[in-house]
Amino acid sequence: MLRYILTRIIGLFGVLLIVSALTFALMHKVPGGPFDAIALEKQQMIPDEIKAQLNEKYGLDKPVFEQYLLFVKNAVRLDFGYSMAYPGRTVVGIFKEQWSYSLQLGLLTFVFSIIVGVGLGIFSSIKPNSFLDYFGTGVSIFCLVMPSFVFAILLQFVFSAWLGWLPTGGWSSPRHWIMPVLANSLAPVLVLQRYTRASMKDALRANYVRTAKAKGLSRRRIIFVHVFKNALTPLLTVGGPLAAGLIVGSFFVESIFRIPGIGFYFVSAIGSRDYPMIMATTLIWTLIISVAYLVTDLLYALADPRVNLLKEE
Amino acid sequence: MATDGATVNKTFINSQTSNFLRFWRTFARNKIAVFAFVFIFFQIIIAVAAPYIAPHNPYKGDFLATWETPNRFHWLGTDDLGRDVLSRLLYGARISLSVGVLSQLAIALVGVPIGALAGLKGGWFDYVLMRVIDVLSSLPTILFYILLMVALGAGFWNLILAMTLTGWIGIARLVRGQVLSLKKTDYVRASRAMGGGTFYILKKHVLRNVMSPIIVSVALGIPAAMFAEAGLSFLGLGVPSPEVSWGQMIGMYQPYIRTAWHLTVFPAIILALTMLAWFLLADNIRNSLDIRD
Repeated sequence: MLRYILTRIIGLFGVLLIVSALTFALMHKVPGGPFDAIALEKQQMIPDEIKAQLNEKYGLDKPVFEQYLLFVKNAVRLDFGYSMAYPGRTVVGIFKEQWSYSLQLGLLTFVFSIIVGVGLGIFSSIKPNSFLDYFGTGVSIFCLVMPSFVFAILLQFVFSAWLGWLPTGGWSSPRHWIMPVLANSLAPVLVLQRYTRASMKDALRANYVRTAKAKGLSRRRIIFVHVFKNALTPLLTVGGPLAAGLIVGSFFVESIFRIPGIGFYFVSAIGSRDYPMIMATTLIWTLIISVAYLVTDLLYALADPRVNLLKEE
Repeated sequence: MATDGATVNKTFINSQTSNFLRFWRTFARNKIAVFAFVFIFFQIIIAVAAPYIAPHNPYKGDFLATWETPNRFHWLGTDDLGRDVLSRLLYGARISLSVGVLSQLAIALVGVPIGALAGLKGGWFDYVLMRVIDVLSSLPTILFYILLMVALGAGFWNLILAMTLTGWIGIARLVRGQVLSLKKTDYVRASRAMGGGTFYILKKHVLRNVMSPIIVSVALGIPAAMFAEAGLSFLGLGVPSPEVSWGQMIGMYQPYIRTAWHLTVFPAIILALTMLAWFLLADNIRNSLDIRD
């Protein structure tokens, strides 16, 4: 087991190294350096000497390979340097201050999606062809075909512009949370509803359920004691990565509702060619998502004794 | 001998047509999907004929008619520069549809041969390919799209390039898996024992058997690609202005949702309906093909 974990962790570092090299190369191919974007925004030219000084300060005058090595050396110590678009703020500082918004949005979305997604999945599997079953299918089709930013726009139109019930953006009070969480929960609700429904259906058809029925147990007892335990464990495998994907923030929802989280900053970092910010965000996201997969696999092995990680392939 | 070949050929054609007919009969049983098909059919006609049916020039502003709400002259209103929203929607259909279809064709052209070769040949090629796929799929997809588009620059062909660079993974993996399981079947082993070469087997047995999953993957990929195009254009990384796409309109006009709702709501609704239609179509294609064998 320990050996398995170690191999996975080494593999994770390999992935991070490759991903960082890839992002680094891509970012340096981008036409227009960071100081061009600032100049464009302020509507004034930066003199060449000052540009050279700035390039020296941020280490952009060194050969690309040297820049990359320096970056990796610093990244290991979690030092991603200063942001270029927000002078005076370190990238880690931005993360520390802004991540709480993405975290709140992500966790609220996660809890909401579990209630709706798992709930609908359970109801539609224990009462097939009922109203709730059709409703669940309708919701999942809606979640599948509706892009989150389109849904966000329609919500804003109906509840802010038309009815005037909810504010169009911001994050200061629970009233501000309703629309972003709804818009952000489309994909997770879809995934959770489908998985729950499929694995509940499998479990309901299993032999031990027939045995329990033959034994004369009540339907409620069968579902709560036998089916749930077996059907909901596989949800761990989707829940982990899903939660990881949510807590790292959302580009669309954060920028539409003007929530100052990491997704919002990432989108503006792209526009302003803020290399350190882009690199750091990419790496931290990849790290979180890979760790989530690893932890999920381990938890799953603990929860289900039939899974043997070492025997895989 | 010559007659033999002819009869074989004839039965082959017959079985093909009846396959298609059987597919169509199953497909037509789902009325909602047929409706979706008609919807998409009309959308394609509208996209092709956009220059002839659009009431106004979608790129030309009219400074005497800015910010107009829907009226008799501009059915869906005008934007901040006085450009007609309906005409822009009609032209937007061209981008959305062509990105969806072209990117999937490119993905299939790249992914299918790579996957088939990896499955048939195995060895170092397969090994390297699988490691490349491992690394690429560890990156979150949207992040990968965004980084690529930032590096390539916004533009129609760059969009298709970015989608191909990320999308071939899925179909290559699918085809590889199918080929690996086909390789174990008796008829492929018999063919190989009788001296069939790799390309003969590929053509004669493999391609025909993996055709259904490929069609399904392409059909489901089209709405996914439209989804991605809309998202990237929304962020300003898709098609650059003055060209129009629905996602770009939503992103561009989104700050004015309170004052000029018609600028975002119409593209939002048409985008959602199109996604729904393509999904229903693709889903029914999958069901109809599954039943066939």
